[in-house]
Amino acid sequence: MIIRNLKYIFAGMFFGIIAVKSEIISWFRIQEMFRLTSFHMFGVIGTAVVIGIISIQLIKRLNIKTLSGEKISIAPKKFQKGQIYGGLIFGFGWAITGACPGPLFAQIGSGFGVITVTLLSAIAGTWTYGYFRDKLPN
Amino acid sequence: MLELLRQPWHWSISGLLIGLTVPLLLILGNKSFGISSSLRHVCAACIPANIEFFKYDWKKESWNLFFVAGIVLGGFIGNYFLTNPNDIVINPQTQQELAALGIKDFSGLLPTDLFNFQNLFTLKGFIFMILGGFLVGFGTRWAGGCTSGHAIMGLSNLQVPSLIATICFMVGGFVMTWLILPFLLTF
Repeated sequence: MIIRNLKYIFAGMFFGIIAVKSEIISWFRIQEMFRLTSFHMFGVIGTAVVIGIISIQLIKRLNIKTLSGEKISIAPKKFQKGQIYGGLIFGFGWAITGACPGPLFAQIGSGFGVITVTLLSAIAGTWTYGYFRDKLPN
Repeated sequence: MLELLRQPWHWSISGLLIGLTVPLLLILGNKSFGISSSLRHVCAACIPANIEFFKYDWKKESWNLFFVAGIVLGGFIGNYFLTNPNDIVINPQTQQELAALGIKDFSGLLPTDLFNFQNLFTLKGFIFMILGGFLVGFGTRWAGGCTSGHAIMGLSNLQVPSLIATICFMVGGFVMTWLILPFLLTF
């Protein structure tokens, strides 16, 4: 199981290193973004999206396959009210912690052990959503 | 070369590399970039508690758990072997505004005034580390994705629901930063 997934560990390391070096895991950078005093985060996310769009278009048009020759398929996202309610709640959390889920993992790796508590709390939040899911507008 | 890597990376280089994570995962194994799902898989694996939302074969999605384990390792490598020799350059206006709200330490990636083990047992620490984390986990799952799944992967695939989610992430962040955070920081 570990051997089969080794490539994803390396992909994660690639992303983790970039996350640190691009400073997107910095609470201060997130504050700058929401205070509109720096272009840094907008530049990072904007460039990433442009590169992502070009990559997916190339994959679709040139019919690029996976390493094992499988056809690449991407599940479409369906609109749900949760994208509004949940999106706003996540936005609140993002501005408080200065981290979305990816950066939480990178912050722990970069030596902020206390963020393990934040991660556990995020897991608890996910669990709580699962518990109340039927009672929430989705 | 190492010297160059140690410097903070320009936003265009960082954005380029983050964007390349999208085709990397697709080509490696037909995987859509997304990180918050890993939190759901942890729930499904460790505390399913007979909840319908956590009854699925999480082992089929285990690549995501290996991916986030890699992010922890990458965070370690990035911080210890490619250490930026200088402090992060923060906009002076933001620095002043935050200093006025009681932030004193601007040397690391996170303000140690807020994020430390002693603070866990104070109201402020509870809000910034525990409540904040809870909102991130609850909100991303309700929204069906986070910055990676919606703002990067979803927008890259031109998904309108992801655009709506991304706009709501930003609106939530602006409301918190401008209207609520000033009170939370001065507790």
